[in-house]
Formats: sequence, structure tokens, C-alpha cells
Amino acid sequence: MNSAVVVFPGSNCDADTLHVLNNVAGMDARYAWHADSALDDVDLVVLPGGFSHGDYLRTGAMAARAPIMTAVRDHAARGRPVLGICNGFQILLEAGLLPGAMLLNDSTQFRCEWTHLRVESTRTPCTSAAGNGQVLRLPIAHAEGNYVIDPDGLDQLHDQDRVVFRYVSPDGKRSADANPNGAVDDIAGICSAGRNVVGMMPHPERASEAALGGEDGRAIWDSLLAAAGA
Amino acid sequence: MTLTPTHESPSDEVLREVALTRDEYHFAADLLDRPPNPVELGIIGGMWSEHCGYKHSRPLLGRLPSEGPHVLIGPGEENAGAVDIGHGLAIVMKVESHNHPSAVEPFQGAATGVGGILRDIFTMGARPIALLDSLRFGPLDDRRGRYLANGIVGGIGWYGNCMGVPTVGGEVQVSSSYRGNPLVNAMCVGLIEHDQLTSAAASGAGNELILVGADTGRDGIHGATFASVDDPEASHRGVVQVGNPFMEKLLLEACLEVLQTTDAILGLQDLGATGLTSSSVESAGRGGTGVVLHLEHVARRASGMTPYEVMLSESQERMLVVAARGRAHEVQRVFDKWGLHSDVIGEVTETGLLDVRDNGHSAASLPITMLTDAPTYTYPVERPAYLDEVGSLNLQVLPEPDDPTAAFLQLLASPNIASRRPIYRQYDHMVGANTVIAPGGDAALLRIKGTPMAVALSTDGNGRTTYLDPFVGGAAAIAESARNVSCTGARPLAFTNCLNFGSPEQSAAYYQLSRAIDGMAAAARALETPVISGNVSLYNESGGEAIWPTPVVGMLGVLDEAEWRCGMGLANDGDEIAVLGAGRPRLDGSEYLSTAHDLVAGQPEINLVDEVAVQRLVRELIAGRLLSSAHDCSDGGLAVALAESAFAGGRGVQVPDLPVSGRLDEALFGESQSRIVVSYQPLAAAAIAAAAATLSVPIAPLGVVGGNRLRIGPIDVSLDQAEQIWSQGLELALAGQASPG
Repeated sequence: MNSAVVVFPGSNCDADTLHVLNNVAGMDARYAWHADSALDDVDLVVLPGGFSHGDYLRTGAMAARAPIMTAVRDHAARGRPVLGICNGFQILLEAGLLPGAMLLNDSTQFRCEWTHLRVESTRTPCTSAAGNGQVLRLPIAHAEGNYVIDPDGLDQLHDQDRVVFRYVSPDGKRSADANPNGAVDDIAGICSAGRNVVGMMPHPERASEAALGGEDGRAIWDSLLAAAGA
Repeated sequence: MTLTPTHESPSDEVLREVALTRDEYHFAADLLDRPPNPVELGIIGGMWSEHCGYKHSRPLLGRLPSEGPHVLIGPGEENAGAVDIGHGLAIVMKVESHNHPSAVEPFQGAATGVGGILRDIFTMGARPIALLDSLRFGPLDDRRGRYLANGIVGGIGWYGNCMGVPTVGGEVQVSSSYRGNPLVNAMCVGLIEHDQLTSAAASGAGNELILVGADTGRDGIHGATFASVDDPEASHRGVVQVGNPFMEKLLLEACLEVLQTTDAILGLQDLGATGLTSSSVESAGRGGTGVVLHLEHVARRASGMTPYEVMLSESQERMLVVAARGRAHEVQRVFDKWGLHSDVIGEVTETGLLDVRDNGHSAASLPITMLTDAPTYTYPVERPAYLDEVGSLNLQVLPEPDDPTAAFLQLLASPNIASRRPIYRQYDHMVGANTVIAPGGDAALLRIKGTPMAVALSTDGNGRTTYLDPFVGGAAAIAESARNVSCTGARPLAFTNCLNFGSPEQSAAYYQLSRAIDGMAAAARALETPVISGNVSLYNESGGEAIWPTPVVGMLGVLDEAEWRCGMGLANDGDEIAVLGAGRPRLDGSEYLSTAHDLVAGQPEINLVDEVAVQRLVRELIAGRLLSSAHDCSDGGLAVALAESAFAGGRGVQVPDLPVSGRLDEALFGESQSRIVVSYQPLAAAAIAAAAATLSVPIAPLGVVGGNRLRIGPIDVSLDQAEQIWSQGLELALAGQASPG
């Protein structure tokens, strides 16, 4: 599976993501540079985590206007998968490829810790091989993951089965304690109306090898590979 | 130094501003055979400050052993030391203080401390793979104490998180000794292939000097001299710089890209204390050359800046690049790609001079050797009288606790013992995808991709112990950091250090510095761990009171097979628990004595033969796959060590028959060096006892793992309740809420 990991100035999970795509998931991944306006012919585009442009404006706002984003839009418009992780999710929101916005965590602090997610929809290329309701243990690392959306938008996400992940307790139940940032409706990840663009705050690339404390992130890569093969 | 005042002197006020004594001024004028002009005076003051010139500490630092088979670059040679870890790879590391700026503006002070140490590592060509932070705060029941603590933690997180370098470890201690003068020591660790190591030398006349990164502003002028005088609160806020981690991330990626794609870079040097002055002088000093700088080519962020301001600005995120003659454009092309501004501002010469010109006019002309060889001072080492007062501890007047469980819970809630999670969860400790043992363990463990290896990292240093006995405190800082590394299974290899002390011009502080270095040297020799880099921060005092002398040691260890690693958490119900080591628990200088009796007294001890033996034993047991867990027994003694292993593993302990030879509180909460709490499957007990006997290390079986309670002698409490109190202790203190304990 040919994949591109987009490097923006300030991306800092680009190397980790490339490592996992190539060495764990067995994909053929390479970097794409933010200032280029074209992508190689790839099956998957990943927008990695980090602090693009320092997040000195709103998170992701500068990166969303990079030349490469035109090519990312075209890729998405052709129904091909795009995955935004953490800052990548924030960039997809700012680019308008996904609805809603991010606020500062309700703790007002950066949080790096393990969380539990429930797979709420398997109808995306990133979750196609996961079980509905499956609980994944993945870490977060962000200061702005407090997802918000207007009530109509939230209804639309519900009606169209576009909430992909919710924060839950280890036994899969929703609770205030399980939500690490105050995100509305415990939302950790969503998809586009076309279902091929997925954004998620937790980092599957940090939970893909047993040596690093967990392999649940592989569910995402296995799904992408399965969806590409289908 | 014999001096004859042959030149007319500047006023006291001018000399104070550049932190030179009148004797030093005359010495400089004699060396030049003329009075220095004001720009030169500022340059000399910066280079001869303790921060750059180590004028009080250099004669003492030479006592630390700095040679070993693995050392590639030793202390003082480059921006950081380097050590061979095998597979053609090297670890580059250093720790540096940012105490004074953090006392004035905690968020930016701490953030720029992280920024500075990161630059020291990537100037070597290495990619930073880890940060650790050793912090000391004043009491948190004080509003300003909380403001400083929260600001410092916030600044460290902001900079490291944005850079994408994981903050994997460190420590925090709280004491009224640090009330006006918190300590912020940031350590950075980088990874590099041997043949990629880059020097900071400016060699070869005609080679070009490129200044890249941030524009030069008026911020931070006199940062180095400010750090070398006491009472930071009285100093000016404008000397604290403001960080830009995004700019630094671009600098990191651009510098490493140039180094990997061209051979046009001959030297890299960051701009730290005294900015352009020390970076150009130190580069030329290493190269045995001179430099000419044309200040009109330096990009400014303010108009009307004088040559004095340009030379001494400490604007952050700037690097000086030595490029091969005629090849500057190759380097600048990569900087352009990363959106970084750069200018050719000078070149290497054969004159041996720092030759500063401004629009063709000479602004300063000083011999490089004069600037790199600051005058040094030594003082008589006299044992201060306070040591006799604090050294005597009469235990007979101290009642034993009526309720050992309550005393235990009070200790667990202490900000010095409670969980550090409220701090490290604000740091991205996973980015880089190498973190095998995350913060919270004895040492952090990072895998080295492409090899079966891992490196273990720990910072340690106990100000209270060093205050009570500077030699023991210095030795214990080395021993404990090495012990923490050994508890993961890794072999301690080398260390970096930051010495935080009061004014060396006060005889008590000078004694503490001298004896602590002697203790460090003795322990480093015993454990065969040479020093490879370090930093000295003196004049840590406010309101006339020096801080507790606080040597901080950052230890590196190597574990040949990451798979062999050992954690601190109890792993299996039914495992046996024992304590290894000859250390005898004592209340002297313990956290319990401080928490329960508000007393800092006694005579801490260390036996380096016992220390070497227990560390060797634990490493052998781990390599033999005999242990389920290993955990250093330190602050809070045996009861706290058992609790920490229980919390980490989510399992209770059953130690009904705690061996008590004297006082109960001594057995439970007494501290010593050279003790490690281990757990293992019952089948392994015989092999462990045999290995311990071979190395003459005492082993004391304690009990078994299991259940949901902590039963330690008379202590009996549910695991959940104890863990809740331990989890909330520091969090509540940082929020200004009373502890529930």
C-alpha cells in the first residue's frame, strides 16, 4: 500500500508514523513536503501529529492553507483514505475536510497519557477490520483536543454514523472520568460524509509495538490494509 | 594574581553591570596593555563570568574522573560530551541549569533552559531523543511557590512538546531552602553515528561564519553575568529571554539536514549565554584561530542597537555555522527551505583575535586566549560550624508514631514522595516511539531502533543529604542515579552533572562545593562511570541565604538486550519480596524526619563497596531473568519503596513480619543508600540467594506479593486508599489545596 506522510514545519510525529507504516504495517510509505502542490500517486495520506507552525495561531490553521492541502483535498475527493492524527485531525478541521473545532482541554493543560477508545463505527477505512464496540487502548498527547461542534452538526454526525471513536473506561463504558479533555459527547474521532477522511486525537502509531506498551493501534493499520485490498 | 593599578578604572556601577571585580578589571587592562573600551569590557565580563568562565569551579572540577574506554568526547571539549554505546552509535548528553531566569519568569525561564540544552545536543550533529528535568521548588503552600512550580512545569512542557523530543524523566523535590531560588536543570540526550559527530571549532582561515535563526534583539543582555551574582529577584526582568520552540524545531531539522546532505558545514555552535560573544570566542578557541565579525550583517529585531547590545544579546534560537569557504550558499539553501533567515556575518582568521567591526569601524579587538582563560580562584576549604549542629541527632527525644498507618499515609501524601504523574502527564513522554519505560519508574528506558539495545537514563541529587554531609551527598547523587539505571538491568556507563550551589565566595558554600565534588569523584571511580559533560550554577541564594547544596547527576546506562529489562512494579501474585543490600536504614536526613518531625539533622552514610556490589548483583539477577521487579529503596524507606512497587504493579504486599532491630519507624521509614527491593518467583529464590552470597550482598526476605492491601509490619491499609492519597498528594499541593492525608 503506497502511503504519504505529510511533513509540515513543526510536524513531530512524522518520523514515528513513517516508521510504523513501513516497519510495522508493512506499507510503502514516504514523506510529502507541505510546500509541494502535488502528491505522488498514493493510496493513503496521513497527516501526522505535532505542532505545525508552532500552533501559534489556532492549531492547524496555518498548515490547512499549505500548498499540499490542495492535493490532499483532491485525494479525498476521489474517495481515497485520509487519516489525520492529533495535529493532523486539527488540520483537517481547519481545512474544512471534517466539521467542528478544537478548544483547549478542560484541564487547561497538555495531557500525555493512555486512554481507552470504543470503536463506534466500523464503516470507515480506518476501522473496517475492527469490531463494533471494540475497546482500543491508545495514548493521547495534546493540549487542544476538546472537540466542539454546533448541535445541528452533532446531530448530523450521529445520524450519519460518523462518530468513529469515543473515550470510554477500560471496560468500554462512557464516563466523565474517561474523557481526558472535555470533548463533546466523548468524541475522540470522526469521519467525513464520504467516510474516507478520518480524524482522531489519540496516536495509534505510539501503540503499534509491544515494546512500547501496547499494540491496539494496529487495528487502524490492519483496517486500512484490508480496505485497500477490498 | 598580583596587580598594579596602572589604568584609570571605570565606576563601581559599570563594573557591577559587567560583573567584574576591580582586580579583574586591572588584570584585563594589564593583559591588553590598555584600558578596554566599553564594548570590550562587556565581552570580558561575559566571558569571565562564572557561567562561561567557571572561574571558581574549574580548579575543583578537574577532580572528577573523565576518562574511560567508552568516552568519545569528554567534558569541556565541545558543547556536550559523547560516549560510545556500541553498534557504531554514540550518545551525546549534557545537563544545564536555568535557575536564575526561572526565579524571575518561571514559564519562559524554564522553557528557554530546555531550548538551550537542546541546541547543545544538535550542534553536535546528534538528534535529541530525550529530555529530563531535575527541579527543586520552594514550599507549595506558598502562593509564589506554586506560581513558580506551575510556571516552570508549564514552560518545560511547552518547549519540549513542541519540539517533539520526549521528556522521559527527572525529579522534583520541595524544600523551603529553594523558596526564593528554584532549581531548573534540563538534561538532553542525543543519538548519533560516530562518524557524524560534529565539532564546534572554527578552523581554517577564510571559512565563513553564518548566523541563522532568530533575529537579534535586546532580550537577555547580561544573562550570564546575571546568573553569576546572587539575588535574582532583585535583578531586572528584561534579562530573561523569550523562547520560540517552533523556530528551534526548524533549526534542528535544517541543521541535521545540512549535515546529512552536504559536507559544507565544518562547525556548529549555538548561541547561549552572552550570545554572539561566547559562541564566536569558544569556536575560535577550539580551532586555535581568530574571527572577524561584521555586525552590520547581523539581522536585528530592534532598531538602533549598539555593538555592545548585538554582541551580548541572548536572543534565543540562534546558531553560528562555520561553512567551508565559498560554500555558504549550499548551507543557506537548506535554511531557506525550512523558512529560516541566515546571513554571512564574518569569517575565520589567523589573527588569534576576536575582531568585531561595525560598518568598517573597529568595535572590539581582543585576544581569544585572554577570553577563554578566565582567571581562576581557589579558596581554603574550611569545615563550616553548622555541620556540627545539624550532624547530631538525638533519637531518644523523638516519639515513635502512635499510629504507623497514619504516619505512612502522611508520608505518601508528601510532595516529595507522592506520585509525579501530575507533572509528567503534562510532558509528551512518548513522541519518538522509543519510550519503553516511561516516567514513574526508577530510570527511563529508551530503545535504540535498529539494534536490540536500550539506554537507561536517570537524574538524581539530594540537597538535604548534601547539606548534612557534602561528601556523602555528592557520592549519593552518583550512586543513586547509577542504582536507578541498574534497577532496569542497564549497566551505568557515564554521567553528566549540574552543580547548584551558593556563592563560592562564602566559605561554607565553597566547602560544600569542594567536598561534594570529592564525593562525586569517589563514587564515580568506584562505579567506573566517568563524567562527560556538565554545568555549574553558583550564587543560588536569595535574601542572603544559600540554597541547600544540590549536585544533580544525569546517568546513562546501556542495556544490551532491551527485552531483558526489569520494571519496578510487582508482577505476579505469590512472588516473594526481599530487600538486597547492606545499607542500614537510619532516620538521619530522612524524608520521614522532615515530614513527621520537621527536622533536618543527622549523619547520612554511604559505603561505596556495598553500593558497587548491590548494583552488580541486581544487574546479574536481571540478566539471568530471575527477577519480576526491582526498585531502588530511597526517600521514605522500605515502606514507601514497597508501596511504590505495589502501585506500579496494581498488587498488594503481605509483609507481616517486618524485621525490626531498633526503632519501628527506623525499620519502616529509615533511609540508606545501597538497598534495592526486588520480587521474584519462589522457584528463583535459591538461585538469587546463591548469587547474593557470591557477591557478599545481604538479602533479607520480607514477604509475598498479593491481595489488595498493603500490610507492612503494623501498617495495614487498602491498596486503593493508599494509592489515592499517593496519587493526589502533589496534584493537590500544586493546586494549593490541603492534602487529605
